[in-house]
Amino acid sequence: MTEQLTGAQALIRALELENVDTIFGLPGGCILPAYDPLLDSSIRHILVRHEQGAGHMAEGFAHVTGRPGVVLVTSGPAATNMVTPLCDAFMDSIPMICITGQVPTSAIGTDAFQECDTVGITRSVTKHNELIMSADDIPLVVRQAFHIATTGRPGPVLIDVPKDVLQNKMTWHWPTDEEVLASLPGYKPTTKGHPRMIKEAARLILDAKQPVLYVGGGILKARAAEVLIELAELIGTPVVTTLMARGAFPDNHPLCLGMPGMHGNATAITAMQKSDLLINLGARFDDRITGKVSTFAPGAKIIHVDIDPAEQGKVRRPDVPIVGDCRLVIEELVKTIREMLASGDTQADISDWKSRVSGWQEQFPLYYPPNEPGEALKPQFCLEKLRDLAPAGTILCSGVGQHQMWSSQYWHFNEPYTWVNSGGLGTMGFSIPAAIGAKVGCPDRTVWAVDGDGCFQMTAQELVTASVERIPIKVAVLNNSYLGMVRQWQEMFYEERYSEVYLSPELPDFVKWAEAMGCVGIRVESPEEVEPAIALANSINDRSVVIEFRVDAGEKVFPMVPAGYGNDDVLLHPNQNDRREFLR
Amino acid sequence: MSNTSTHSNYQPSHHILSVLVQNRAGVLARVSGLFARRGYNIFSLAVAPAEDPALSRITIVVDVDSAPLEQIVKQLFKLIDVVKISELDPRRSVERELMMATIRVAAEDRGQVVELTNIFEGKILAVGVEAITVSLEGSPDKLDDFEELLRGYGIVELQRTGRVALPKLDKEARVRTHKNGKAS
Repeated sequence: MTEQLTGAQALIRALELENVDTIFGLPGGCILPAYDPLLDSSIRHILVRHEQGAGHMAEGFAHVTGRPGVVLVTSGPAATNMVTPLCDAFMDSIPMICITGQVPTSAIGTDAFQECDTVGITRSVTKHNELIMSADDIPLVVRQAFHIATTGRPGPVLIDVPKDVLQNKMTWHWPTDEEVLASLPGYKPTTKGHPRMIKEAARLILDAKQPVLYVGGGILKARAAEVLIELAELIGTPVVTTLMARGAFPDNHPLCLGMPGMHGNATAITAMQKSDLLINLGARFDDRITGKVSTFAPGAKIIHVDIDPAEQGKVRRPDVPIVGDCRLVIEELVKTIREMLASGDTQADISDWKSRVSGWQEQFPLYYPPNEPGEALKPQFCLEKLRDLAPAGTILCSGVGQHQMWSSQYWHFNEPYTWVNSGGLGTMGFSIPAAIGAKVGCPDRTVWAVDGDGCFQMTAQELVTASVERIPIKVAVLNNSYLGMVRQWQEMFYEERYSEVYLSPELPDFVKWAEAMGCVGIRVESPEEVEPAIALANSINDRSVVIEFRVDAGEKVFPMVPAGYGNDDVLLHPNQNDRREFLR
Repeated sequence: MSNTSTHSNYQPSHHILSVLVQNRAGVLARVSGLFARRGYNIFSLAVAPAEDPALSRITIVVDVDSAPLEQIVKQLFKLIDVVKISELDPRRSVERELMMATIRVAAEDRGQVVELTNIFEGKILAVGVEAITVSLEGSPDKLDDFEELLRGYGIVELQRTGRVALPKLDKEARVRTHKNGKAS
């Protein structure tokens, strides 16, 4: 039996068959045909106020659920508004499907109204993209897109659909798995690690005297958090979790050293520097981690596990490269190490190393000066209170800047998929829409968005979406009336010459703005107000809440490895400088 | 014709990538875009359908060190439409290129150009009153030599195809084929 559908009907049905339950989008001229069958579909559509918001919502959704976030927008400006979230998802390996409308095939190339070269523009910010020229191709292209977005190294895939392709009739056919694979002869991700490499890695691990597990976002993508704990405990090795991997290994585990890198803690940074073996699991030697590459972990051998072969040797040449899925590789690694130990092999004694590491932990805890009466609130204090009062299972989202680093430093991420942020691209304004997407993905959880006053002003309008669609999130705006991270750099590296970083202490009125968007707005100016305000926010679950914390603009993020410097030159909090020699 | 020329464009250290791709719209833009984004200049590029009409072979000649080339080969592999990449060692492959050139030459000097073309085993394609169009197929350095000699007469128009290459068959054909580790 051959069933005739319009391209639009086929598109929506294909999304349903891919188990899509939520779409973030905003209609417009060329995508109009797809919005009609959506009325008859079980899929929930969340109408955003700006397409960029839809993109970050889809990312937040994907972060917490592991399922691809789906975006539906029109052509031209809607497509260009999607460039930022697509690039963000590409950098952070977030599975996303973005469907854009396009002008009718007959008008392509004529500079038609709202025409742009969407596949050309998004080519370098997507894992793959495709312009569909025939309605008959829709089911296969949708299936390919979900397959590509969610396998191998995940990423965003864009499907560009001309208006007439949505309107034309097609004969429905849902491709089988075999047909999908046969249509992609050039796409065969390697998931199983090479057994010989795994054996070599196990050998290095047993022989290492100063090993560190360097854990990245790949652990979360591979759903490998549990087996990671098994590996870490089996070899008793300290673990550092990158910004993308916060929560991939529990912060309250005795082996966890927390975040390394530019604003990592001194112990995590130094443990990597002094290590004789870095076991990189799904991280990519990002410049924010390595600092100056030529001085990074100079004595360390490298085991590098990554599903993307192009990451092997891109920054640091590994001694043992293993291309594969982190979970499958770690499982094999654990098995191999157990077998070696059972057959008489022994692990080198690493107790000296571990006591050295705990010495650093004692000497260099995170530090900020206490709140002084009558002086502005310390932002770190606000974060600690948010953390301590957060209901179990709270998901934390953040924007980009100082507040992001303090969030990562001061929160205790004890379970995976509770931290959502923009790591690679560093997209200001990420937090609010991402938090909305996260709340849609995990409606039973509390979702806090920590934002700066600069970030908030980029995407706050999506709180209207949250109110109208009844997606209650909580927002903590750390308002220091500055672009704080830029201010910090100007203070430290540009002789306190503050150029275009001062926003305004009074404008906008965050409380009134929050109220205007249907949220509860609360202003907090003194330390005594912090806990009651947070407790109130936590008790409100029928609306979104925005707390504006007026915080000290002079607070800087420490430790800090200045750009271009090596990790040995980490700047400690000035209060800890006299203890510097302990880092030797 | 033996090659003794040291033509300024000819780098014996060049790398030849033979990239088998799905024969679809936009594939060439994806491939060339990867090179452009990393600031690598493509020295020459030739594209045409391969033995299987569903596939095209792109022959890319690029002058870069081996280390960044390894990275770009891996990045090329990540393109969904790229099916296979072979890096051909120039010493172990046969390379061919086609050149066409129109030379301004008065009737009384035409014989010299014809003679030169015959020596190189080229072809006369068209003859005009004061111009002649010739073609030559051969190894790229042979074409370089021919081009150099024609310059003395005044080249009006010249077009080269860019090289195509296949591994040599005689000894051990040293083709470094990256078959596995595909994609992600």
